[in-house]
Amino acid sequence: MTYWTKNQKKAFQYMIAPCIIVVLLLTWEFLVHIRDIPNWLLPAPSDITVTLFQDAWMLSGHTWVTFIEVVLGFGVAVVAGVFLASVITLSRSVEQSIYPIIIASQTIPIIVIAPMLLVWIGYGLTPKIIVVALISFFPVTVNMVDGLRAIDPDMQRVLRTMGANKWQEFIKVRFPTSLPYLFSGLKVAIAVSVIGAVIGEWVGSKEGLGYLMIRSKPQFQTERVFAAIVILSFMGVLLFILIGLLQRLLTPWHRREVESKKLDD
Amino acid sequence: MVSTDAKINVTDLDKTIRGKDKSLLVLRKVNLHVMEGEVVSILGPSGCGKTTLLNILAGLDEADVGNLNISGVQTSKRLGSVAYMQQKDLLLPWRSMLSNAILGLEVQGVSKDIAKDRALNYFEEFGLSGFEDEYPFALSGGMRQRVAFIRTLLLDSDVLLLDEPFSALDALSRVRLQEWFLELMDSIPKTVVLVTHDVEEAIFLSDRIYVMSARPGEINEIISIPFSRPRDFDVVGHELFVQLKTRLLSILRGM
Repeated sequence: MTYWTKNQKKAFQYMIAPCIIVVLLLTWEFLVHIRDIPNWLLPAPSDITVTLFQDAWMLSGHTWVTFIEVVLGFGVAVVAGVFLASVITLSRSVEQSIYPIIIASQTIPIIVIAPMLLVWIGYGLTPKIIVVALISFFPVTVNMVDGLRAIDPDMQRVLRTMGANKWQEFIKVRFPTSLPYLFSGLKVAIAVSVIGAVIGEWVGSKEGLGYLMIRSKPQFQTERVFAAIVILSFMGVLLFILIGLLQRLLTPWHRREVESKKLDD
Repeated sequence: MVSTDAKINVTDLDKTIRGKDKSLLVLRKVNLHVMEGEVVSILGPSGCGKTTLLNILAGLDEADVGNLNISGVQTSKRLGSVAYMQQKDLLLPWRSMLSNAILGLEVQGVSKDIAKDRALNYFEEFGLSGFEDEYPFALSGGMRQRVAFIRTLLLDSDVLLLDEPFSALDALSRVRLQEWFLELMDSIPKTVVLVTHDVEEAIFLSDRIYVMSARPGEINEIISIPFSRPRDFDVVGHELFVQLKTRLLSILRGM
């Protein structure tokens, strides 16, 4: 029996997910043809692919709209989340007054808030950005708060003996310590951001992939609904990967630490 | 021995740590006097309150009862004026060795260029030349602890408070670092309080040893070390060294 090299093993692991997807798609395609399922009920992957190319121009317009909503809403969420986490960590009284409200805000379903925003603000980009931000600032805040609190108490002692004040402790140690936590939060946030944008469009809009889905369904253009789903998941995965790259770039020590710990064992 | 000219003077210090449902007396009537340039070890079993005592000296904690003065001044603001170091190196993983070393200077507002210049002298002296731009994860425990030492020394305080700074190292690096510490104390004399539970380390490094009892921590005995400094590792095999070690161990065991 021959053993695989590490690289071969790695390559194999990377191939597993695409292989599973291909098998599922083939099964789907096969079943649709065998059972003669009508297109409006469940289109075959091949039909969805055709739609993706045929309607490329129209789809790209809607994709752009949704993309902008996701990115702007996510951006607002990151700024708000980092800010809130910082003030929560720096001030005990702010923590006690604001943190419960933040947690409570997440118990109100976004699907209830979204139509109200429509009533208050109207159609357009702003209510979508708000919905995306509302849904995605939470994981950012919670993770960042955990990260800002993850300072080693012994490190805190050493800093105090150096004469460091709270602000120096925050900038020099707490903030960098929290970055790996922040990125975990960002990864969750970007995934829910895409959902947020679609919900925002569902309750009222004139453009975007969510709008396209809502409009195509009653017209029995189910391929378009599926095409929108495919694009949305690609968008989510792409943004997720982008954040992963950014994490590698900005917190190089994190990966190295994890790896050097592995070597120690 | 009450001497007002001592560098560190602690008289009749009591400390109770108050927990949720019970209070614990950790230090009782502790007296400690350290002369300028002297290295004093506090030796005791785990949990005897020696770290608490060091934290009080550092200003991280306050005593309930008793007097404490450093350099003849009753200082309530000891934080930022005495250098303090622990068992863990506590280097920041996102900083290079050099910028880890200057953390304290940065906190005190020294400009980065000046701080780096000052740190570089130490890097050479401590055999760390060429490792300035390496990151902590890539280096051995001994090297990391040396950088932590440089960080502590750069604070330029004449009082060093060390909480088991060598105990996390392997035997070989520990002895090297201890020897190097002794050399350092000759070139830049400091007043040092060293907390340890390692009998051999206490004898090897200090001028006097304060032996503490188990909780509540009291000073049981003060022992002067008959070896002059500078000394080297050969003293470990000396007859007096072995006798002292046996005696200290029996005191500690009898607690």
